[in-house]
Amino acid sequence: MSYIVKVQTTASRMAVIGAAILIPVAFVLPLFASRSLLQDLFFIFTMLTLAQWWNLLAGYGGLVSVGQQAFIGMGAYAMFGTVILLGWDPVPSILAGGIAALFLALPTAFFAFRLQGAYFAIGTWVIAEITRLTIAQWKQLGGGTGTSLPRSATRDMMFVDGIKVLFDTKTSVARDILAYWLALILVVLTIAAIYWLLRTRRGLALAAVRDNLQAARSVGVNPNKIKWLTFLSAAFGTGLAGALIYMQKARISPDAAFSVVDWTAYVIFIVVIGGIGTIEGPILGVLVFLLLQSILASYGTWYLITLGLIGIFVMLFAPRGLWGLLTENTGIQLFPVQRRLFMNKKLSKEK
Amino acid sequence: MIFLDSLIQGILLGGLYALFAAGLSLVFGIMRLVNLAHGDLIVFGAYLILLLVSLLNLNVFVATLVAAPFMFVLGWILQKFILNRVLGDDILPPLLVTFGLSIVMQNVLLETWSADSKRLSAGALETASLTIGPINVGIMPLLIFISAIVVILVLNLIIYHTSLGRAFRATSDDPVTASLMGIKPKNIFSVATGLAMIVAIIAALYLGVRSNFDPSIGPARLIYAFEAVIIGGLGSLWGTLLGGIIIGVAQTVGATINPEWQILSGHIAFLLVLMVRPRGLLPRAFD
Repeated sequence: MSYIVKVQTTASRMAVIGAAILIPVAFVLPLFASRSLLQDLFFIFTMLTLAQWWNLLAGYGGLVSVGQQAFIGMGAYAMFGTVILLGWDPVPSILAGGIAALFLALPTAFFAFRLQGAYFAIGTWVIAEITRLTIAQWKQLGGGTGTSLPRSATRDMMFVDGIKVLFDTKTSVARDILAYWLALILVVLTIAAIYWLLRTRRGLALAAVRDNLQAARSVGVNPNKIKWLTFLSAAFGTGLAGALIYMQKARISPDAAFSVVDWTAYVIFIVVIGGIGTIEGPILGVLVFLLLQSILASYGTWYLITLGLIGIFVMLFAPRGLWGLLTENTGIQLFPVQRRLFMNKKLSKEK
Repeated sequence: MIFLDSLIQGILLGGLYALFAAGLSLVFGIMRLVNLAHGDLIVFGAYLILLLVSLLNLNVFVATLVAAPFMFVLGWILQKFILNRVLGDDILPPLLVTFGLSIVMQNVLLETWSADSKRLSAGALETASLTIGPINVGIMPLLIFISAIVVILVLNLIIYHTSLGRAFRATSDDPVTASLMGIKPKNIFSVATGLAMIVAIIAALYLGVRSNFDPSIGPARLIYAFEAVIIGGLGSLWGTLLGGIIIGVAQTVGATINPEWQILSGHIAFLLVLMVRPRGLLPRAFD
């Protein structure tokens, strides 16, 4: 008797072809698209990046963090800091933002991992508050009121001149195109990295730890190592996204950069509504999120009430989200991670 | 002298945090539920008292008494129809549902009451003070602290000396065995959340009398309450009071050094205790 292990499905092969077409199209999109469409897509890509990282933490790792705004704020402030205090160009400063978030994740994980189960969430939230309060004391970066990127830095940003010549356009439009491209690269790399991680042995270990800690230990998985790895990579990705978001905004304040609603509540609702524990879910979720936003945008409070109610409703009646409802009936998986066994009939006959 | 003064203020402030936290501690002890909407439920309670005061022209204390049964029913319904459905081995659903509830409640309150800050008035009691030796102590903070002790005494009395409390403890230890003995864990959970909401309305009264409140302050207050529960040790109500006092003292002492450090020093004290005693100061439950 022999068997083969398969991960690919027909749908996943089609998804690869789809991505191979969509990604190049997305890259040349600034040639045709309006500026407002690019700004909307920038928003979608950055929110999707945040949602994917949170989903990796909560949906795959079982680490429900309500303090991801710590890494957004830290990444954004580190970006502003390197630009304002060290005179760096904003584009490489984004990387500094990711690294700063990674460094913040070390003490955060040290404290939050001491807290069992649901109290982990509270631990991450406390650290986010401490970071916000501490950064609000940093007078050189505007203290509690915040600050803006200096005009000289935004005007002479890397690549902007090239884009201006290439597209024959104004500096402000060129900046939006640059931000759009960076967001596109970030979201593609994020999804690719997470999918790759889940397909490796580490991804399997991660799911094992989430599903049954004792059983995972008994087959030789080190749950601590895998938790640290997940938490640190999510912090790095979230920090990069935070720095990029605030590079585009060019203005920062502690209350905005460390906002629970903007960077954690929205992200949680996107993941929950779309389908937690799948890569497809957040993609679907961010589209629903944008749709609701365009309908209810002028009613700030009603928008949040609706999102919250949908989120609660989904958790109660369809805990696997919209994507879960879809796959329950069709079995479609665009990013399969399960290893499925198939009997190899030919071989078994020969033997 | 300033330090002694801020120490006493801090201890009294800790009573308020313990009141915020007692409901959380009770609910966590019995069903391992972390309710992220607890702070918003307290703020809702404060608005409910305000509504009763302005509609029926009641005294705030009487209004709290009137509101208490209503809050019990609200908690009971919340548990029975929403939270009981998501309780289980997976910690994700209850966290996400209560998080959603928190966002919904904040925005419903914002829509109905606007963002203007409000206050409950307790009349002359608010400014009255007592002179003990060289120290002046406000009657109101003292009353809050005493209320916290009374609430914890009553809760402990219920938990350790009544049949309801026996059911609480049995369900907390082992819900499956408890249900073999004729206890319905889900009904017990509903009663417990109802009880937690009665504690919440007491917390709401003092929240509104002591400082201004608006629809968005729930989470900020909740975080101190969670810190008190965690460093006190999960499942111990006296531990929660101790935790509240530590946070309160750290805040007032921090504020005397530099007003901007008030909140920060509370959080730092939390981390320090967590570093030294990961399971809290007076842990009861092992899980």
